[in-house]
Amino acid sequence: MSMNSQGRQTTPEAVDDIAAGVGMLGGRGLLQDEPMLFDAGREDATGTDWPEIEIEDDVLGSLTRDSIGLKGLTEPETVRHYVRLSQYNYAIDLGLYPLGSCTMKHNPRLNEKMARLPGFADIHPLQPVSTVQGALGLIDELAHWLKTLTGMPAVAMSPKAGAHGELCGMLAIRAAHEAAGEGEKRKIVLVPSSAHGTNPATAAQIGYQVVEIKASEDGRVDFEDLKAKLSDEVAALMLTNPNTCGLFERDIMAISEALHAVGAYFYCDGANFNALAGRVRPGDLGVDAMHINLHKTFSTPHGGGGPGAGPVVLSAPLAPFAPVPWVVKTDDGFDVVEHVGEDGNQSFGRLCAFHGQMGMYVRALSYMLSHGADGVKQASEDAVLNANYILARLQDVMTVSYPGGPCMHEALFDERFLAGTGVSTLDFAKAMIDEGYHPMTMYFPLVVKGAMLIEPTESESKDSLDAFADTLRGLVEKAKAGEVERFKAAPVAAPMRRLDETQAARQPKLRWRSSMANDTSAKTEA
Amino acid sequence: MRYLPHTETDRQEMLKTIGVDSIDDLFVDVPPAARRRGVIDDLPLKKSELAVDRYMRGLAEQNLVAGHVPFFCGAGAYRHHVPATVDHLIQRSEYLTAYTPYQPEISQGTLQTLFEFQSQVALLTGMDVANASMYDGSTAAAEAVIMASRVTRRKKAIVSGGVHPQYTEAMDTLARYSGLSLMACDSALDHEAGVLDHLDEDVACVVVQTPNVFGTATDLRAIADAAHEKGALLIVVVAEVVSLGLMVPPGEMGADIVVAEGQSIGNGLNFGGPYVGLFATRDKYVRQMPGRVCGETVDANGRKGYVLTLSTREQHIRRDKATSNICTNAGLCALAFTIHMTLLGEVGLKRLAKLNHANALVMAKALKTVPGVEVLTTRFFNEIAVKLPKPAEEVAEALARKRILGGVPFSRLKPGERPDVMLMAATEMCTDDDIAQLIAGLKEVLS
Repeated sequence: MSMNSQGRQTTPEAVDDIAAGVGMLGGRGLLQDEPMLFDAGREDATGTDWPEIEIEDDVLGSLTRDSIGLKGLTEPETVRHYVRLSQYNYAIDLGLYPLGSCTMKHNPRLNEKMARLPGFADIHPLQPVSTVQGALGLIDELAHWLKTLTGMPAVAMSPKAGAHGELCGMLAIRAAHEAAGEGEKRKIVLVPSSAHGTNPATAAQIGYQVVEIKASEDGRVDFEDLKAKLSDEVAALMLTNPNTCGLFERDIMAISEALHAVGAYFYCDGANFNALAGRVRPGDLGVDAMHINLHKTFSTPHGGGGPGAGPVVLSAPLAPFAPVPWVVKTDDGFDVVEHVGEDGNQSFGRLCAFHGQMGMYVRALSYMLSHGADGVKQASEDAVLNANYILARLQDVMTVSYPGGPCMHEALFDERFLAGTGVSTLDFAKAMIDEGYHPMTMYFPLVVKGAMLIEPTESESKDSLDAFADTLRGLVEKAKAGEVERFKAAPVAAPMRRLDETQAARQPKLRWRSSMANDTSAKTEA
Repeated sequence: MRYLPHTETDRQEMLKTIGVDSIDDLFVDVPPAARRRGVIDDLPLKKSELAVDRYMRGLAEQNLVAGHVPFFCGAGAYRHHVPATVDHLIQRSEYLTAYTPYQPEISQGTLQTLFEFQSQVALLTGMDVANASMYDGSTAAAEAVIMASRVTRRKKAIVSGGVHPQYTEAMDTLARYSGLSLMACDSALDHEAGVLDHLDEDVACVVVQTPNVFGTATDLRAIADAAHEKGALLIVVVAEVVSLGLMVPPGEMGADIVVAEGQSIGNGLNFGGPYVGLFATRDKYVRQMPGRVCGETVDANGRKGYVLTLSTREQHIRRDKATSNICTNAGLCALAFTIHMTLLGEVGLKRLAKLNHANALVMAKALKTVPGVEVLTTRFFNEIAVKLPKPAEEVAEALARKRILGGVPFSRLKPGERPDVMLMAATEMCTDDDIAQLIAGLKEVLS
């Protein structure tokens, strides 16, 4: 075997390997195959310079531990390890990320810079209040933005994510019913069949019986079904608006009136607020509680799955039950109410330690100030414009689930256009990866078969949308031309082929164990 | 608006393709009474990057920065050195701007780091298995109580008086509304075993913390045995994860669930969030565990890879039968934790933990020289409870005026209780000069 000047093999077998896309290191050319930390690391390696010290008056005695079993890397190895791994990820900074219901928009780096100012990043949550007036002022100002954009009188800031916000809003509703002596009676929470899974999970977690409301033929809540299920046993309706089909609930005013008429509250899932911010105020629609995903609408980055932030705006009847803590304005600045019952408050309790997701508040406020009220409105309009543009560019080749009117910020298609091709929604989505795109949300919402939910967001230019639409049109053509194998095999150009999720769930391997060391059998067999 | 790519020409062309005259035609489903065409009043208009930068700096400068002064606050949030590498790496676009890894073929970076995270957490806590993280330590604790109730089919939880009061409140809120009763013991400096006084056959779990909110480190083996004898689970809270570099982990003392605040590794103070909750348990309970989990598998070519797994526990599949409504983790904070832990390795973490312990010993010794001050905690890691001859809130305020952040008054966490007790932590950040300034400041304030 001989090597070229870069150290690559030049033998015929190696050429075959390279043609197959696999180099000597197991990677594809410059995309390096990177072993797992516990295969690459060493027990005695560290990328830090802490001195080894002896402690003479140690007070831990028998509580001192022996070996932990961790492995470490030196600094240059650590950098290379995590940079290489990063290259296996798709990201909004690399291209359009059309995940419906997720709002993958541009993440301005100014927000990152602001969140790292020592005055925000390096302050302790329990410092004397007099030393954190700027932080409390920032929370108060963000609260003002959220209340004004939603037309609601109060906001609970501390929930740490959207689902945590749902919990917060539903607890406020439950506390309000209990305060009115109706806690026992109101056992039911209504949830449309198109809802996010978190809605029924939240309601059930706090003891409510979940009753599903049918979807109408035009993809909205079946108002007749809703009315039939309303009674004085209903605590609340949890409804996403625009809903998960990307449609505005036309009957929403009648829905909120009907709910209020039987003494029930209206919880709005605010995951799709990016269609409305600056243009429609949920408070004008009769909403009683709504969480706002700061990581969606206000672009604090998704970070590969968090951290998020889910403040909840509340109507006047629910406001008294908001969780501690909250910021109040006083004659000489800001103070914070941290305890249930303080000054006679009726708070339902505390959801988490400290003040919530301060780092996300800084990013969201920085985003809002950059946009201004005018920019936030323009962003929502562009988000809706872009989704409708995608709808218009694809409606003749893909099946629009609910045609005949505009969508809001996301466009819903389903699998009917693939009928007879042998290609499924999953195959179609995986084939998009080979074309350089992250797939859209698939198989959600559950109300249509083989759903494909596309949310382009306002961050995409017309050229970007055209390229995306052209790509999907090309794929439809290939599916219809019988190139089913291409779809079944996809992705072939991604860093990995399709992964075996069944095996992962059947024989869970959820951590490294020393008995797994140097276990490369899976790779060798390949 | 600099973040929006369309020109007016683009917008007009797109409206034409869609087949409508104006953007208003796309909002026709909005009830007329709720349609707003103008810009919402009472909010400012768009600002340049420079203007936003100036404004935000103005707010930031109104806060007293921990790193600018002698600093001894802890009580669940600790100031540690985070290597520059950590923040650089987590700001890479591929990590920062990716979504939850729903498409594993193009998310192996996130997924493999989660597998590394889960492995590190399991080892640190001495447990079999860990999830891909929770919002923070307190919410992880609340979910742990609910999980224990699912496992045991019992409805009572006993929480020690050494658990951080804000954690207890978070547990109580979720428990109360989930149909459980939570009994919180009176605050106790060094009596985690107090939970055993209330133990009976109806108890789902006992919850203890080590080191506890007063800094006391406890051997939990006897508590674990007693709990198990009655069929209850032992949940252990660790609010300062660096302590696991030096101390016997809860998993080796019989814990069934360990929840921890992971902020100390890789993450700054950030005024309380975002942080990263660690959640670890025994293999036999894994299907009752809340939260995201990453698992190893192979791809179609037989190459090792990772996916999110055991999702039949989760809300998007199980809806109202899910183990939790949680639908995210603390992704980027967990990544920061993993990178920092990789840099430390076994060697670095142990040294770091020892430095913390050594500095706390120096601080405690110095405090004993201040007239009227009594160090209450005897067996501690990096934090102690100190009894002062004056109300702790007044002392903290007076020290802050001297630009010293001297600790957290216990009454800030539990109003009216132990008003003379201050919680004081010393990490590797604490210098001899910081301690000298603290002592001098205290002497002046207390005189």
